[in-house]
Amino acid sequence: MAIASAAHAPGTAPVVPPRSGLRSRKLTPYLLMLPGLLWLGVFFVVPLLTLLATSTQTPAPSGETGAFQQTLRFANYWDSLQAYEAQFIRSFGYAAIATVLALLISYPLAYAIAFKVGALRNLLLVLVVAPFFCSFLLRTLAWRQILADEGFVVRTLKSLHLMSDTTTLTASAVAVVAGITYNFLPFMTLPLYASLERIDPRLIEAGGDLYAGAFTTFRKVTFPLSMPGVVAGTLLTFIPAAGDYVNAELLGNPNTRMIGNVVQSRFFTIVDYPTAAVLSFLLMAAILILVTFYVRRAGTEELV
Amino acid sequence: MTLIDSPPRRPEVADAPPSGPSGLHRIRRWLGANGLRIYAAIAFAYIFLPIAYVTVFSFNVPGRTNLTWRGFTTTNWAHPCDAPDVCAAVGNSLKIGLVATLVATILGTLIAFALARHRFRGRGTTNLLLFLPMATPEVVLAASLLTLFLNFKVNLGFATIIAAHVMFCISFVVVTVKARIAGLDPRLEQAAMDLYANEIETFRRITLPLVAPGIAGAALLSFSLSFDDFIITNFVSGNVNTFPKFIYVSAGRGIPAQAYVIGSAAFFLSLLIVLVAEVVRRRRPTP
Repeated sequence: MAIASAAHAPGTAPVVPPRSGLRSRKLTPYLLMLPGLLWLGVFFVVPLLTLLATSTQTPAPSGETGAFQQTLRFANYWDSLQAYEAQFIRSFGYAAIATVLALLISYPLAYAIAFKVGALRNLLLVLVVAPFFCSFLLRTLAWRQILADEGFVVRTLKSLHLMSDTTTLTASAVAVVAGITYNFLPFMTLPLYASLERIDPRLIEAGGDLYAGAFTTFRKVTFPLSMPGVVAGTLLTFIPAAGDYVNAELLGNPNTRMIGNVVQSRFFTIVDYPTAAVLSFLLMAAILILVTFYVRRAGTEELV
Repeated sequence: MTLIDSPPRRPEVADAPPSGPSGLHRIRRWLGANGLRIYAAIAFAYIFLPIAYVTVFSFNVPGRTNLTWRGFTTTNWAHPCDAPDVCAAVGNSLKIGLVATLVATILGTLIAFALARHRFRGRGTTNLLLFLPMATPEVVLAASLLTLFLNFKVNLGFATIIAAHVMFCISFVVVTVKARIAGLDPRLEQAAMDLYANEIETFRRITLPLVAPGIAGAALLSFSLSFDDFIITNFVSGNVNTFPKFIYVSAGRGIPAQAYVIGSAAFFLSLLIVLVAEVVRRRRPTP
């Protein structure tokens, strides 16, 4: 940049690069991006289009399993929405509760790492993401064992009479929400930490100098400044949580099935591709509306 | 402030009675100073509880299932391949992870350089195209890929798994590498140019070595995303078995203790790599 401007400094004749060079320079970014964007085009954009096309198909008249024909039946959407209303509500409900819980657990943790641990910061940040190095399924199944009826958590709660003898923690909605909260916690903690760490500590001191108590300083200075992290973290937790089906499958019961479970079983057990496509599309649409709402406030550059 | 004579000092409050019983008061103050640290310790205990469980049960005497404690043994660690299919599945996951990481890291790094170093039309669209795969739930990505492969009658297997893994890793590579490029001091490259290095030399000897830690981090991230992916892999893998698929399928009939060995070994190995990288980074003065 500085070199380019020096070349155009008054007194020196601007060096005009040969035309072909200029053109190739303009093409460079596109050539660099071509293979990667092509990959995303073929394996992300085109699949979404085939998904959309599949969503309006109906079973072929031959009656063969897995054979469908395009009839542009948009009523598929209405039918599926009605049939799986409960699973939709559950998906978004569980995801919302898990997101709030993750925020409540992560905020003090991110705050402590950003302001209270000094040189240990980087090590603790590594420890926040460390669970990702251990299989997601093994960790979820470990929770199933830890919360099992014969496990120490339930036995302790029962001996303290905090839990009645007939209730269980596993195979329940509580377990599913707990599993989702646990599994997506780092997605919440990291952006929260990133935005807290960026806060100029002098601003927080200024709050104290102006006779604000610790709580008022937090409410009026720290929390508003950490909002970008709250927005990003909420989004990064809510999206995978709403689409998850592994927690519901491993920690839940038939009454905790989410949209992901239905998509999975429509594909593999029932071989009903159009319904699976409709449900996937509705899930994506609902989430995109939400993301757009958030991105308006945060900006895409910020998120990518 | 300094010109005025200091006002008569207020009598020190040492003789003032402390508010409330002094013991309670002290506990309160101590909690105020250390409460967050204690909270962080509890939070980390919660975060690592299931991993501790997995590690402990990797030393369990093997049986049909690995649900109850039968006694301590190291045979699982000595012979992790004794359980049927575990090592074949891990081998497949490693192969897929390596190929997907290589391809995604190269493609993503190229995009990151284009975005960080060039101004061009279509920037917003590119950012959106990179952001959307990260903002789409995995089950939707999985379902859409499967409809693609079914429509075009593509046989499901290694190729379809790798295609899918590269797709969801690219965006993460771009984000990681772009951040590293943006953090570079532009003067270092200018200095190289001033010393008559041409563009290619500057890139090879200055830019690339400086960006390399970011690229390595992106590769590690891609590998762990690929190795641990279950939802998408389950949809597009056909009858190729991977480690997460193996665990999911065995969850019903009982997971062998050897799988816990693989899980905890992967955990400690990755942690070691990251910590060593962090130590090396600290030893060297940052460029």
